[in-house]
Amino acid sequence: MSDTGFTFTIDGLPVQAKPGQTIMEAADDAGVYIPRLCDHEGLRHQGGCRVCTVKASGRSVAACTQPATPDLVVENESEHINSMRRDLVEMLFHEGNHLCPICEASGNCELQAMAYRLDMTQPTKFPYLEPCRALDASHPDIALDTNRCISCGRCIRASQDVDGKGIFGYVGRGIHRRVAVNGVDLAHTDAAVTDDAISADVCPVGCIIRKRVGFSKPIGSREFDDGLIGQKIESKRK
Amino acid sequence: MTEPRLIEISPVTRVEGHGKVTIHLDRDNNVEEARLHIVEFRGFERFIRGRLLWEVPVIVQRLCGICPVSHHLAAAKAMDQIVGVDVLPPTAEKMRRLMHYGQVMQSHVLHFFHLSAPDLLFGFDAPAARRNIFEVLKENPELGRRAVMMRKFGQDVIEATAGKKIHGTGAIPGGINRNLPIAMRDRFLTQIDEMQDWAQDALKLARDYTLDHADLVKSFGAFPSSHMSLVREKDGALDLYHGVMRAIDAQGEPIISGLNYNDYHTVLTEDVRSWSYMKFPFIQALGPVDGWYRVGPLSRMNTAAFIDTPLANLAHKELRNATGGLPNHTTLTTHWARMIEVLHCVEKIRELLNDDDLQGSDLVAKGDRRHEGVGVIEAPRGNLIHHYKVDENDQVTFCNLIVSTTHNNEGMNRAVKDVAVKHLSGQEKITEGMLNHIEVAIRAYDPCLSCATHALGQMPLQVELFDANGGLLDTAAQSA
Repeated sequence: MSDTGFTFTIDGLPVQAKPGQTIMEAADDAGVYIPRLCDHEGLRHQGGCRVCTVKASGRSVAACTQPATPDLVVENESEHINSMRRDLVEMLFHEGNHLCPICEASGNCELQAMAYRLDMTQPTKFPYLEPCRALDASHPDIALDTNRCISCGRCIRASQDVDGKGIFGYVGRGIHRRVAVNGVDLAHTDAAVTDDAISADVCPVGCIIRKRVGFSKPIGSREFDDGLIGQKIESKRK
Repeated sequence: MTEPRLIEISPVTRVEGHGKVTIHLDRDNNVEEARLHIVEFRGFERFIRGRLLWEVPVIVQRLCGICPVSHHLAAAKAMDQIVGVDVLPPTAEKMRRLMHYGQVMQSHVLHFFHLSAPDLLFGFDAPAARRNIFEVLKENPELGRRAVMMRKFGQDVIEATAGKKIHGTGAIPGGINRNLPIAMRDRFLTQIDEMQDWAQDALKLARDYTLDHADLVKSFGAFPSSHMSLVREKDGALDLYHGVMRAIDAQGEPIISGLNYNDYHTVLTEDVRSWSYMKFPFIQALGPVDGWYRVGPLSRMNTAAFIDTPLANLAHKELRNATGGLPNHTTLTTHWARMIEVLHCVEKIRELLNDDDLQGSDLVAKGDRRHEGVGVIEAPRGNLIHHYKVDENDQVTFCNLIVSTTHNNEGMNRAVKDVAVKHLSGQEKITEGMLNHIEVAIRAYDPCLSCATHALGQMPLQVELFDANGGLLDTAAQSA
């Protein structure tokens, strides 16, 4: 493959890409935000949450894993695609217990921010599954509330690939699949608050909790208090 | 002679939460029994168990949309103890106080103008369609405008200290998460003179009403009782944020004095009854029958030695002089007391705004972990107790809440019965206006019914079935 860059379009906008880049990587460089939840800078792409689904020359693909190719015509911000994304996000709210008003991740939560971005004013379509999973607060510095987990797998990849620990993994199948720790509980793993997997921005929701820091950031200075998710990427494009 | 009747006022209107009143009339139309029932169930004491300690001040404030700050701060004070902090940094303590004074001010204004003023301005018997804030606005637009703007000021103070007007996150275990920016301080200072003038006018309105209707006030839901509140430890002054527990009997003699509120459970016990979700606390030394007491603005006027802000202190003296220095037991005087507290809050807010500590950067203190903590505060409606135990994993294992409305449970029921007997007994035709008298008595306590019901698993709930003649047909009971 040539090392020469090429051009494709997203919503009619010409975007420069380098060979080997995914649609999302090229879009990020060009200041075009494609919504995502399971993708995270520094972690390998997974293509799991499907919130980054775009139409690429008529085919629905995950922008985080689909390589960009010359002359590709990508549809990203159409009402049709955003409506599907809204449904996906809404289903995540229905699968877990996402009580934003009392969650310490509120204001910093990517799921909540995505719901705002996609105009999900209230979940209405699907029944609540209302999981009742015990809070794992056994570790002195970390707690795990898997009722808030969206199975993005970011903690699994960070722990395996960056920390080299493999603290987290999936258990169960289908709708019952969820994140669990490789041990009786967190206290019986070698998890540390300094792990990349535990850092503030790897878990997109309030599932992995660093103890004793909740609510210390005042309302008004939280990550998404003054703008929509994706704004940092979009600010690259003038 | 008529058939026995059961009259039900449901829901009680212009109060926070849902409740109803039942009144049994015998064949001679005499009131046999009158009770205030709290018909909703919240259960926060149970479902807070298992949650993490720093979540508690944010979760429990969801008990209420009118005075969430009181629950937020009471829980935060309990969590201060659990994280081993007995003395907060000055900035944290003063920011919390500022938040609380804003809260008490806006809640009292809401109560006086929006909920009670229609009764006081138009009369208890006025047509129901007139007894609302919109008619107050129509009749006296300037008064209505002030009500809205005073409430807004209080809520703006809350937003500046907690991040949101309702359900913010300011107080965290051991301190606060923000200070007050100078620009915000200056904005409040430009409004404070006007707020003080309006608070004085509102106080005059409540005072004049009380004195001009002395006969009504003396006979309407007036009965001797004990009173309890926090007072400032060093001198017994009114202190809405922190202090020691003080209770006096009907003659003003102390029953509880200078008690550290961590020991509240050594002087108070909670009783349960089959017909209400709300508990009945009583002072142990006096027993379950005579140990009931009242809390709230009027009780605070009775228990406090003085008020440490000059204008409110003058008003306090005048209120105390109205009963020759003895405790005031007249339910309707609560409105006067409430407006004294609004003025006190405005004076306190001014004092704090001029204190540079609000711009400090030392926001949180740390200490050695403990497993139990009690937080007590004087909420708008009265004394509020939060008590928690937390395990070594930082999870709550025990929660006990005694909210103001719960303290006032017996008092409100007595007021309901007193008014029912005086205004309904012997009446063949019961009018809506007569029934509103009972609601007026309840409203004077500004009850927060949604805050008050948590006694899951502690209550021998009982259902009674009456026939059309009021005869008891059957009972079904669920044991505790």
